[in-house]
Amino acid sequence: MTPLLSVQGLSKNYGTHIGCADVSFELHPGEVMGIVGESGSGKSTLLNCMAGHLRPDTGEVVFDTRADGPRDTLTMSEPERRMLSRTDWAFVHQHARDGLRMGVSAGGNVGERLMAVGERHYGDIRDKATDWLARVEINADRIDDRPDTFSGGMQQRLQIARNLVTGPRLVFMDEPTGGLDVSVQARLLDLVRGLVRDMGLSAIIVTHDLAVVRLLADRLMVMKSGHVVEAGLTDQVLDDPQHAYSQLLVSSVLQV
Amino acid sequence: MTYQAYNFAYLDEQTKRMIRRAILKGLAIPGYQVPFASREMPMPYGWGTGGVQVSAAVLTPLDRFKVIDQGADDTTNAVSIRTFFERTAGVETTTTTSDASVIQTRHRIPDEALSEGQILVYQVPIPEPLRFLEPRESETRKMHELEEYGLMHVKLYEDISRHGHIATSYAYPVKVVGRYVMDPSPIPKFDNPKLGDMAAIQLFGAGREQRIYALPPYTEVISLDFEDHPFEASKADHSCGLCGSDTSYLDEVIIDDAGGRMFVCSDTDYCNSRQVAGYKGKDAA
Repeated sequence: MTPLLSVQGLSKNYGTHIGCADVSFELHPGEVMGIVGESGSGKSTLLNCMAGHLRPDTGEVVFDTRADGPRDTLTMSEPERRMLSRTDWAFVHQHARDGLRMGVSAGGNVGERLMAVGERHYGDIRDKATDWLARVEINADRIDDRPDTFSGGMQQRLQIARNLVTGPRLVFMDEPTGGLDVSVQARLLDLVRGLVRDMGLSAIIVTHDLAVVRLLADRLMVMKSGHVVEAGLTDQVLDDPQHAYSQLLVSSVLQV
Repeated sequence: MTYQAYNFAYLDEQTKRMIRRAILKGLAIPGYQVPFASREMPMPYGWGTGGVQVSAAVLTPLDRFKVIDQGADDTTNAVSIRTFFERTAGVETTTTTSDASVIQTRHRIPDEALSEGQILVYQVPIPEPLRFLEPRESETRKMHELEEYGLMHVKLYEDISRHGHIATSYAYPVKVVGRYVMDPSPIPKFDNPKLGDMAAIQLFGAGREQRIYALPPYTEVISLDFEDHPFEASKADHSCGLCGSDTSYLDEVIIDDAGGRMFVCSDTDYCNSRQVAGYKGKDAA
């Protein structure tokens, strides 16, 4: 089976600082991969390199495109890459404000990706937006409200709806639950887990919250100082950490 | 009279060459915004510095020049620009649309159809149609480059969701020959259908923003819309009070403090020529 995403020897330095170094892994369709580590360990650098927001120094990111099979997204032309990030890819930012257009209504936010890929029927766009708002548990009568009137949790759900409306196959998530209180986090995680399962999505989730990966991720990579220090099945890594840093990370979680 | 201290049409020849190069490039790539080194003009930004520079670059001593401001030949902006070129270029001026070879306009396209050989110069305040949707110039350029115009429809979507119809009534975005999305300057959307397939050359100059763009004669120009909310060239649902025309674009004029109002053609030359020909509206004296 062809992996959906195959990363080989990905490295990115900021001057003499290491962003991430020599990361390789494969992600199969329907699989959710978690990347954990402390602040500054290179998680977000890695994610941004894969999603095409940053240009890595070396390595390749091979994505199994619908049309032409596996292709290195780093050597693709920019129009192709941007097309990919509007259709088959989705990126959920930590701060909903980075991923939403705050001056545009919720419906417009969800519809933007549809219009970007050529949808030109207002009624259809509106129906799809209404449908997606319902799927992320936002009331249909909020469709014409601007996201700055939404709570943090609603904004994050709206961002997810806006990203998933074109039926992507791979979702990048950067701390999707950061900055939300725990009950809202729990609902969001529940929602994401349901969507991932229903749509058969593959996802790469960057987080420092081990509970998030325990709930969502099939596999786990632990990063420290730009290097992957341990990788394996989520339960295996969390229940029986081998590397000293993983052990520290797991034991640092507060038990209530 | 002509002041000899000035070169013909105010600008020096090198500057005119630079502007003509931008115009030619604009004509070669219809709808593409060509950057140019806009000069300081003896008038404030927003008064038509871009249009004046384009006019100065295309004027020849044999041209006959007309200036319209919101359709009228007799408002401040039109009178001062007309006088400016009378003094610095010594060209003949006119208010008759069909007699003019170069027409500089602000916010209107004349109601009388233009013919081959005429040049229509628009004054443009903000040439970038995506400006209020995407504030970064680097990003809007990339969007033009990669033809990513989904955002333009987000604006129209917002219009419909808020007002039930596309409420954008001026500076209505158009797509030129299936490629560039262009801001037609703040003309009413009533004028949009005249942009396409026009016999005259259309040049757009934005002085403060330092951009020139152009439409060669007989260019395909399509107003953006949705399949279920098609573009509509709207105007006030009345006929002109002076000349009785019900096909021209109308201004609403308040005539007393008791709610009295009348509708008159915004294109003064069109209205006058109809009145001379004997047409009469209901408010005509």
